Amino acid sequence: MLSKLRLGRTAVILVPMLWLAAFFFIPFLVVFKISLAEAMIAVPPYSPLLQWDSSNAYLTFKVTFGNYLYLFESRFYLDAYLSSLKIAAISTFFALLIGFPIAYLIARSRPTMRTILLALVILPFWTSFLLRVYAWMALLKKNGLVNDFLLATGIIDQPIQILQTDFAVYLGIVYTYLPFMILPLYTTLEKMDLNLLDAAQDLGAKPYQSFFLVTLPLAKPGIIAGCLLVFIPAVGEYVIPALLGGSDTLMIGRVLWDEFFLNRDWPLASAVAVVMLIVLVGPIMFMRNSNKEAE
Amino acid sequence: MSAFPNTSTVQTQSVPTWRQKDAKPFVQIEQITKQFGQFTAVNSVSLDIYRNELFCLLGGSGSGKSTLLRMLAGFEEPTSGRILIDGVDMTGIPPWERPVNMMFQSYALFPHLSVEANVAFGLKREGLKSAEVNKRVAEILGMVQLGHLAKRKPHMLSGGQRQRVALARSLVKRPKLLLLDEPLGALDKKLREETQFELMRLQDELGITFIVVTHDQEEAMTLATRIGVMNNGDIVQTAEPHEVYEYPQNRFVAEFIGNVNLFDGTVIDDERDTTSMRSADIDGLLQVDHGISCAPNQDVSVAIRPEKIRISREPIDLEVNATTGVISDVAYMGSQSIFKVRLNSGKEIRITQPNVSREMGNRLTWEDRVFLSWDADSCVVLVA
Repeated sequence: MLSKLRLGRTAVILVPMLWLAAFFFIPFLVVFKISLAEAMIAVPPYSPLLQWDSSNAYLTFKVTFGNYLYLFESRFYLDAYLSSLKIAAISTFFALLIGFPIAYLIARSRPTMRTILLALVILPFWTSFLLRVYAWMALLKKNGLVNDFLLATGIIDQPIQILQTDFAVYLGIVYTYLPFMILPLYTTLEKMDLNLLDAAQDLGAKPYQSFFLVTLPLAKPGIIAGCLLVFIPAVGEYVIPALLGGSDTLMIGRVLWDEFFLNRDWPLASAVAVVMLIVLVGPIMFMRNSNKEAE
Repeated sequence: MSAFPNTSTVQTQSVPTWRQKDAKPFVQIEQITKQFGQFTAVNSVSLDIYRNELFCLLGGSGSGKSTLLRMLAGFEEPTSGRILIDGVDMTGIPPWERPVNMMFQSYALFPHLSVEANVAFGLKREGLKSAEVNKRVAEILGMVQLGHLAKRKPHMLSGGQRQRVALARSLVKRPKLLLLDEPLGALDKKLREETQFELMRLQDELGITFIVVTHDQEEAMTLATRIGVMNNGDIVQTAEPHEVYEYPQNRFVAEFIGNVNLFDGTVIDDERDTTSMRSADIDGLLQVDHGISCAPNQDVSVAIRPEKIRISREPIDLEVNATTGVISDVAYMGSQSIFKVRLNSGKEIRITQPNVSREMGNRLTWEDRVFLSWDADSCVVLVA
């Protein structure tokens, strides 16, 4: 009986474990291995880890940390990491600022209305992400709708540069990832017992106080989940800065792309990817810990 | 109140406030109506509640009792009418500015805060110094015997402990008026009884006016100084517990509180001290010895509590307030027995008798023919 139960439990855990191993851990090891090699003009374009010299019967095991050293020596990569983190952090903050009221409104509306509003939040996913970013390009360009509107209303007298600025990147990221912020926030806000707000007011808290003292702390798990879901992909974002950002918008996703496809320096690109993962572990652990505290 | 016979013999020095003619009410509810769309939850209710009362609003679900309580707390604005607390008109005053605290049915404890922080929440909003806050929190937690659990979070407490935290949290601000929504609803029977007495003790010690909403008539009977019985948004009777039980003013109250036997009758003779009625239900005459206002030939109901009927195998030689029937069901409850008796008219009535003697031999049992009788002053005539 017991062994059967244990077998069942193991089987249940085994499936996601195998999935993670096959699609995360093994690819990560491959990337890590490449990051320890040297770039070569060959197929594949990097030096092998193990080499067998049959004439001398030598097995060479070659590892270099040069790529990592190069990352830290060059100001460029550090700037790219910091800039990515900054852009992701600011975008996450604005996504939270915009997403919270929307999630709050949905959670407090009538059940029939709720379904409609939630469907509207998810609706953009029915269109390809790439198409939506292209649509933003059309809206933001010099003779795009936004400029036309601002000119027509007389707010500006010259078309302004919106596309290819950091602002356009922020806009793109917030727009794209907003649903990932709203959905977890909605779930926690919807679960909240509204009697708690009555109780807070009854005990002398003004509405803004009950918001900060009751609603916000209780929404913390949703806030953390939403922030992680926006922040993590935003750090590695490539398409949005490439299409909406200017040439000076420095993001690590773009650097990665350039190293892979323009320079064909796979080992350096792999090192960039590995360091990005390590950089992301920090904020994830931090948020996970504060989430534990909240419980 | 006219139907309250011992008023004159009760000690005169401590006549309850609500029976004094010129007493000033502490809470005045004036013609309060609350409508939600087409639905009238509370229908022009007027009620005076006096200082230090433990007033129970008793009614079934949907009777409007909770809505009335929420209007007192300020969560709902009345559609019309007004509420005065200690002489101050509460219209337009938000909940956070009212001298009122509420204990919620679900307790509504803040799950992210410890017991201590839950209780301190209200005091901190008053802007008290932290030393003062700590002192008062410790004091009230001691009073409800929860000092040792101060650091716990609500989800680590039992139902009874949570209930006491909720009570402490609502008392710590020393409100003038404490509202309790089904305070004992979620507790098991034994805990309920203990808590009932604890509530009464606290109320006595602190001298706060309590308004309790409940659907449980037993709870209302033990706790309350007075009971307001609610039905469909109206208060159908306001009286002291024994009065509500012994002198219900209408059929709803009679049937809602305790068990009652109702006989339909027609008035045949209405004199100063006795009213006689003919009733097909008992196939005889009913007589009541206190005056009621009714006209001959008027149809009325006469209510008799099950414990006020005498039951015996011996025929009774009485012309009025007597009948006969066959026992159709017996339930032995230990301290008392319940008999169901089918009358000749086919009507089934309920009688309870204390089990005075231990011997089983001569006990009334199924299919026994029994003779029933009661006193003229045991019945209540209900016109409505």
